[in-house]
Amino acid sequence: MTVRIVDRRQDSRNKSSINRSRFIRRYKGQIRKAVADAIAQRGIRDLENGEKIGISGQDISEPQFHHGQGGVRQSVHPGNDRFQSGDEVERPLGGASGPGRGQASPDGEGLDDFVFTLSRDEFLDIFFEELALPNLVKRQLARIDEYKRVRAGYTQTGVATNINLVRTMRGAAGRRVAVGGPYATRLRSLQAELELALDEMPPDEPEIAHLQREIASLKLRREAIPFIDPFDLRYSNRIRIPQPSTQAVMFCLMDVSGSMDEAKKQMAKRFFMLLYLFLNRNYEHIEVVFIRHHTAAEEVDEENFFHARETGGTIVSSALLLMQRIIGERYASDTWNIYGAQASDGDNWNDDSPKCRELLANAILPWVQYFAYIEITDGEPQNLWDEYEKLTASHAGVFALQHIAAASDIYPVFRELFRKRLA
Amino acid sequence: MTKKRSRLIAEGSEWTLENLALYDAEIGRVAREFGLDCYRHQLEIITAEQMMDAYAAIGMPVYYHHWSFGKHFLETENRYKRGQMGLAYEIVINSDPCIAYLMEENTLTMQALVIAHAGYGHNSFFKGNHLFKQWTSADAIIDYLVFARHYIAECEERHGVDAVEHLLDACHALGNLGVDRYKRSPPLSLEKEKVRQREREAYLQAQVNDLWRTLPRHDATVSAAEERRFPEEPEENLLYFVEKNAPLLEPWQREIVRIVRKISQYFYPQRQTQVMNEGWACFWHYTLLNTLYDEGKLNEGFMLEFLQSHTNVVYQPPYNSPWYSGINPYALGFALWRDIRRICETPTDEDRQWFPEIADSDWRETFDFAMRNFKDESFIAQYLSPRLMREFRLFAVLDDDAKAMLKVDAIHDEPGYRALRRNLAEQYNLGSSDPNIQVWNVDLRGDRSLTLRHFAHQRRPLSPASLVVLEHLSTLWGFNVRLEHQNPAGEWTLLAERKTERRKHTDP
Repeated sequence: MTVRIVDRRQDSRNKSSINRSRFIRRYKGQIRKAVADAIAQRGIRDLENGEKIGISGQDISEPQFHHGQGGVRQSVHPGNDRFQSGDEVERPLGGASGPGRGQASPDGEGLDDFVFTLSRDEFLDIFFEELALPNLVKRQLARIDEYKRVRAGYTQTGVATNINLVRTMRGAAGRRVAVGGPYATRLRSLQAELELALDEMPPDEPEIAHLQREIASLKLRREAIPFIDPFDLRYSNRIRIPQPSTQAVMFCLMDVSGSMDEAKKQMAKRFFMLLYLFLNRNYEHIEVVFIRHHTAAEEVDEENFFHARETGGTIVSSALLLMQRIIGERYASDTWNIYGAQASDGDNWNDDSPKCRELLANAILPWVQYFAYIEITDGEPQNLWDEYEKLTASHAGVFALQHIAAASDIYPVFRELFRKRLA
Repeated sequence: MTKKRSRLIAEGSEWTLENLALYDAEIGRVAREFGLDCYRHQLEIITAEQMMDAYAAIGMPVYYHHWSFGKHFLETENRYKRGQMGLAYEIVINSDPCIAYLMEENTLTMQALVIAHAGYGHNSFFKGNHLFKQWTSADAIIDYLVFARHYIAECEERHGVDAVEHLLDACHALGNLGVDRYKRSPPLSLEKEKVRQREREAYLQAQVNDLWRTLPRHDATVSAAEERRFPEEPEENLLYFVEKNAPLLEPWQREIVRIVRKISQYFYPQRQTQVMNEGWACFWHYTLLNTLYDEGKLNEGFMLEFLQSHTNVVYQPPYNSPWYSGINPYALGFALWRDIRRICETPTDEDRQWFPEIADSDWRETFDFAMRNFKDESFIAQYLSPRLMREFRLFAVLDDDAKAMLKVDAIHDEPGYRALRRNLAEQYNLGSSDPNIQVWNVDLRGDRSLTLRHFAHQRRPLSPASLVVLEHLSTLWGFNVRLEHQNPAGEWTLLAERKTERRKHTDP
């Protein structure tokens, strides 16, 4: 008797995915909070991965009736190395897992965090949900403004220029063989009959004439089969496929003067993340340049960008000047698609704001694909806003500005900023 | 070297379907020579991920959906990926045919070990042990799980995922106390369930309606006889009581309560026989593979790898080790079965004195009897020998919260053996490790509240989580739920109460 061995490896993968998503659904609140914490920790370029998430084990325990601590307990343990019957010992004994505690708590009440890994999609779902934008990601971010036309087989309809001769003729020949087949067979047998008849009968026998007539009519009908029928026509098919531009650079400019508090920086960070994710769909390769400024601007790494505490007055133009210089030094060739996003609370030296407007209009906007200014403030627009606003008409489609007061504004603003260009 | 290469079952450490079949044939032959009686079995090759799925669903190939299985999956996955645990290389299902999973990552040696352990060890235990024979029908469980899954999925469609999830949460919370400990349950099967389901629905509802009839009565009919308690006898199976008597449950809700109860019941024998069952499977993989080695069919490399895994599995860390987390059921079980064989074959005077019936008996017959007729608690009480207690250097600790110090009240010496054995057996008595909570009374004439009583064992209190469980119970019951316990003076006092908002009655 041979045993039955079943190879199940190709079967239903992800059998637990339903249970997994049920779990995430159920603990959405806790998980969302953990994701918010994780976003604070993680880098902008880091969105390609899932995330390790910890939520309190207490929250997700499954309660059962169990005994609690206390009362009288008797327990048996192995490895006695020193006890005699009747010995009295301190509790707990032998460290945390000594006999005093007995087996690991059966109540499932360990306080340890429950740690697990969200997949990238799960993470992004929740990340986007934080921005109050369920399901919009795919639709919005999948838009790409350049397409390449490629061949994709053949169709039966199309314009004359696209007729594919080889395919059409092959089809026609096939059709002629198929349609003419029965005639050919019949012809062959009639011809054989005729030869037989000619051998055996006098040539003026009506039988022979009949056969000859029939052969002639068959030949005629065979020749009447059209050489090319509209049915045979084949057109080369071309489809449009999105053609990502190869590379892009994204400038993140942030005001780090004292008024940009932690919450504002987090909002800026979410905005930059969203921008990065968006560009990532369009470009194979993205560089990110972080520029922060107070009275002076400097290029920093992401860590410093979001976390360094340094305050001072504000001269926004310093950042724009630095951006201009970096473009000139590193991203001057046409192979770069340049994007810029500036986050600020809008507080600037009065005489610097007009300078910023000029810098943008003359030195930056001509080079970039798009530049967005977001003002993170819950108050009135500041002077920088007023100056920038003058640019919107003359640079529509390349420059835009929006207000963000709370995290839930980020996505609508983001959509607004990128709507015109991509619609 | 006395062993000829040509006699080996297979070469190398990579497994193939062919050499798995060869190993199975050889292991099966030896198992039959030892007289093991097994269900047919089926080996299923699965990936690590599928093994984690299987884990999450408590080993079952089909299960209904619920977030807690997702949680278990994530937990397992996380620990596995961090390397904190190797996946157990085997899961076996008590079904006919018995299904044993082989993980594709395993080497050929490990696969052979799993085949011997699960395919013949556990398998024969499932078929022979009285608890499994009595409580589970191996040929029907898969069908029943399929039924349960479909039924619950249908309910989700009709009543919404949230409603079903909430109900399942409540049922799971009572799962431990959703088993009959003494009565035999009828076999589960898909066919019968389907046929009986509809009539049961109607019948049960009618019965419940009758119970809760609230027509105004004539005073004259109120007599002392009606002051009887309901239920007349306390009921320990809480889910059963809810299924049969909860006033407001819809028929589909009753059916789901029943499904969770039936599945809890199916797993109950596993909880009762962990030491015996794992020990038995370890004993047989060890014995079967060693026999093959003695026959020259396995080489030294195979045995070295096999013994290393085996040793890891049956290792018992001492109480003061950082790895200690109680007694390892594999270690204790394996040692017990080995010891029984030793007592049969080469008993000492001590063994003859302690085990007059089994010393010098035929070990196979003794094994068979022991495997069939015990559960962990009685098995240990019956067979734990002084020699084994010395080998494990067992000691018993008394923890009385009324006293400042712990007391070592028995060790592995002559005066301590019996107490030690009694204590260890008691440790496996589910009857005392699960709290004894019973349905005591329903206020039929009043507010319909349900009263449970906790009969404390050795003054042990209930854990704080019990309050949450009570809340789940009140969801099911639909009216107030009270939990009473006995105070030191012997009076029953209220421990906790869950008031329930009267659910809106929905007329059909």
